[in-house]
Amino acid sequence: MSDTGFTFTIDGLPVQAKPGQTIMEAADDAGVYIPRLCDHEGLRHQGGCRVCTVKASGRSVAACTQPATPDLVVENESEHINSMRRDLVEMLFHEGNHLCPICEASGNCELQAMAYRLDMTQPTKFPYLEPCRALDASHPDIALDTNRCISCGRCIRASQDVDGKGIFGYVGRGIHRRVAVNGVDLAHTDAAVTDDAISADVCPVGCIIRKRVGFSKPIGSREFDDGLIGQKIESKRK
Amino acid sequence: MVEAHSTGNGVAAPKDARNSRAITGICDRFGNDPHRMLDILRAVQDRFRWISPTAMETIAEATGLTRIAVEGVASFYSFLSLEPKGAITIRLCDDIVDRFAGLDDVVKSFEDELGIKLGTTSVDGRFSLEYTPCIGMCDQAPAAMINDIVVTRLTKEKARSIARALQSEARPQDLISPQFDALSPYERVTMAVDSNIKHAGEVLLGPVPRDAGLEKASVLQPEQIVAEVEASGLRGCGGAGFTTGAKWRLAAAEADTDRFVFCNADEGEPGTFKDRVLLTERADLLIEGMTIAARAVGASEGLIYLRGEYVYLQEHLESVLTERRTRGVLGTDIMGKAGFDFDIRVQMGAGAYICGEEGALISSCEGLPGEPKTRPPYPVNRGYLGHPTVVNNVETFCHAARILDRGDEWFHAIGTKGSHGTKLFSVSGDCLNPGVYELPYGLSVAELLRMVSGEDAAAVLVGGPSGTMISRDSFQRKLTFDDLATGGAIIVFSGKRNILEIVEYYMSFFVHESCGYCTPCRVGNVFLQKAIQKFRKGNADSSDIDYLRDLSATIIETSRCGLGVTSPNPILSTLENFPLVYSAVSKKSEDGMKATFDIQSAIEEARGIAKRRSYIFDRDYGK
Amino acid sequence: MSEPRKARIATTSLAGCFGCHMAILDIDERLIELLKLVDIDRSPLTDIKRFTQRCDIGIIEGGCCNEENVHVLRDFRRNCDVLIALGQCAIMGGLPAMRNAIMHSDDPLRECLEEAYISGPYLRNTTHNIPNDPALPLMLDKVYSCADVVEIDYQIPGCAPSGDVIYSALSRLLAGKFHGFDRETIRFD
Repeated sequence: MSDTGFTFTIDGLPVQAKPGQTIMEAADDAGVYIPRLCDHEGLRHQGGCRVCTVKASGRSVAACTQPATPDLVVENESEHINSMRRDLVEMLFHEGNHLCPICEASGNCELQAMAYRLDMTQPTKFPYLEPCRALDASHPDIALDTNRCISCGRCIRASQDVDGKGIFGYVGRGIHRRVAVNGVDLAHTDAAVTDDAISADVCPVGCIIRKRVGFSKPIGSREFDDGLIGQKIESKRK
Repeated sequence: MVEAHSTGNGVAAPKDARNSRAITGICDRFGNDPHRMLDILRAVQDRFRWISPTAMETIAEATGLTRIAVEGVASFYSFLSLEPKGAITIRLCDDIVDRFAGLDDVVKSFEDELGIKLGTTSVDGRFSLEYTPCIGMCDQAPAAMINDIVVTRLTKEKARSIARALQSEARPQDLISPQFDALSPYERVTMAVDSNIKHAGEVLLGPVPRDAGLEKASVLQPEQIVAEVEASGLRGCGGAGFTTGAKWRLAAAEADTDRFVFCNADEGEPGTFKDRVLLTERADLLIEGMTIAARAVGASEGLIYLRGEYVYLQEHLESVLTERRTRGVLGTDIMGKAGFDFDIRVQMGAGAYICGEEGALISSCEGLPGEPKTRPPYPVNRGYLGHPTVVNNVETFCHAARILDRGDEWFHAIGTKGSHGTKLFSVSGDCLNPGVYELPYGLSVAELLRMVSGEDAAAVLVGGPSGTMISRDSFQRKLTFDDLATGGAIIVFSGKRNILEIVEYYMSFFVHESCGYCTPCRVGNVFLQKAIQKFRKGNADSSDIDYLRDLSATIIETSRCGLGVTSPNPILSTLENFPLVYSAVSKKSEDGMKATFDIQSAIEEARGIAKRRSYIFDRDYGK
Repeated sequence: MSEPRKARIATTSLAGCFGCHMAILDIDERLIELLKLVDIDRSPLTDIKRFTQRCDIGIIEGGCCNEENVHVLRDFRRNCDVLIALGQCAIMGGLPAMRNAIMHSDDPLRECLEEAYISGPYLRNTTHNIPNDPALPLMLDKVYSCADVVEIDYQIPGCAPSGDVIYSALSRLLAGKFHGFDRETIRFD
């Protein structure tokens, strides 16, 4: 493959890509937003949430892990794709306990913002699983409420790759798979509030909580109060 | 023996120190290599009957990993336990075939005799009794694993006598034979489990000359071997059907000094057991095939990933490997050819269906949880530890060895266009002659049913739950890659079986076996299972049929690997072929009330707490 | 020419905080426009306790935490052509449904009530009793969303939904032109 860039299209729009880029990386550069939850700038791609599913020349793939190739025809914002994404986001809402009205992440929550963007407002047949997961408030500065965890693994990768610590990891299998900490509880790990893994934008939901700063931003000035998730990327489009 | 809990006073008891030494000894035995984590954890589980928190810490320290990384592996596999298990753990296969063959009676016998309930461990730590999904014995169901020993054809009485024997200090292996220790590894296997070969074809189960294929391959150039396998039309026998020669060619073309040849012996699809028979009866042929593949792609290391349920075959395979090394057909300078080096290790699995997916299998071999890998890159390009890796099914390697012996044209002429050679079918369920049948591709289901005396079949599940459930009007369909593709499982159900019960069981299987990595498979399958339960309870309406279809479509289209892509098949293929089963139990909701909501059960607890009846919903209120 | 028939609306608050009804009042002066299009039947706003006739639209605030909620909700389903779940409690149980996640023990309701009335660390309950007046409806084993109990036709999300969102949804629904919400206006809080 040559080192020069190539072109492919997303919803008919020509997008420039460099060899080795994923569909999502190229789309981000071009100002085309592909919804995602487990992917986060600066972290390894995981391809777990599947919200970034696109159709690439007829085949459904995760845009965050699928390499862009010349002349690929990508379908991103179609009704079909968005309805599948809505299903996935709704599955995450129903898998955990997501009570937006009492959650301090509300307004800054990517899961919630994704539901807004995907118009998750209709009655659904999905049952609520209502898990009962213990709160870990052992650490002086940090609390964990995994009832709100969506298993995106961003904290795991941030702790491993950015902080070089490995505080978090997945345990269990299937519906019982969840994020756990490297010790009996968080106080018995070397987690610090200054870790990248603990920073506000790594956890997309209200699972990793920094104590004593909750609800500090008033309604109206929170991250997603003034626009849909993805608008930062979309504003790059020329 | 159960590891002592920490004494809590900060001073390690002598027993703790001894246990800790035993664990570091186990880690040492595997070179403290984190890639051997599964072996380490299996050994610790065998020794202590669980993986305790302190054990995880000791292992983490020895292997240079974090504790949470060790816990991630330990908590992934069904045969590893984070709670103490009994010295003798009885795992009853709860496959639907076993259920229909009288599993309930067997469970009851064990429960009665051992005095414990299913899913529990006796207080004295001697016994655990639990369910496990299909252990590959559907042709002799009900079956169970007792530690590493397999017992089959269980009845109420047989279960009772087994439980009594175990209670009076018999070892599990004594159940197979009083002279167990004196038996050869092959005898130990075949005394426990029948191979049940009901029809031998000309490729695999008929007479097979020893190492004839390898002899020919050893004088061919690697490129010629690949060309011959390609020309034969051989396709992968695990279910997906990728062209074997093409796979080898891709791996051979990679610029890398290290390449690997892996055998997928993680035969986990419920109702499949043909690899069990090949591993028992054709282990030499399998290893011959792997050795040929190694020469074709330039690999010097190989691995047989043997499913945890087949641990009873491990010793037998090891002995065949040893014997081949002695004979000079494995190891260094194979067949006297300088530089033809290839050796094989048996990697035990630990109870995870997903490890039959090649990426998950490689993850597992690397000492990780058995999660599929992101594709691309594909294993043939970057697989085990980043090196090109060929992963083929047991049957595929056996075929390859025969192709090198008899020639590509011979093999190509068997079967049909696009589906060449023979196929092993694992036949079980409601038929008189369950067992393994080697037949050329192209037979119809009806023809196969006649052979197995299963003419009463009302439904046949071709390819296991991830395959297709067909009804009588489709029995003329052909067993080929182009029509009914299958890894070999044929499960026969007579008219007296409840289709929805079968579907619900298989959905619970997929829920149990989903790795949980991606949202649709992890969560969506739970929702499908719950929806089927709604049908079984008679609470579904016609809109629930659309719900099943829509949810299935999302799971299929967005899942990350083949498990999620095929997991809705039990539902979709029965909706397609047995539509009446669903419509018969779905009511039309006329009044907008939800049948699933039951006010009587919803207020039952409150009645007890308030010690009064409902003034709204109890007709007799106040009377 | 006769006036176009006015639509009949009924509303109720089940296991909710009445915040959604307050939010209806947040429609402010546009209520006058709205009332040109609708008559309000059974509702806390009119204090009419029983349906006087069949209604076009029933608006439900709150989920179901007790038997009376179920009774009322079923009554609404029987007497309304279209049911709207208004706000998070009606849609998914909301705050009352926080108890659902702890309902996994053998005796969950008793455990929940004892924590709430007897053993909770911040309680001062001099009677040491769980309230049990015969007039109190029996509690359900868990909190159910409205859609768990009856078919729901539309949902208006929010805690509470803003007056703007309620007004725009209702007026478009009445005009037969409701095709979902403007994505920028959707809120779950």
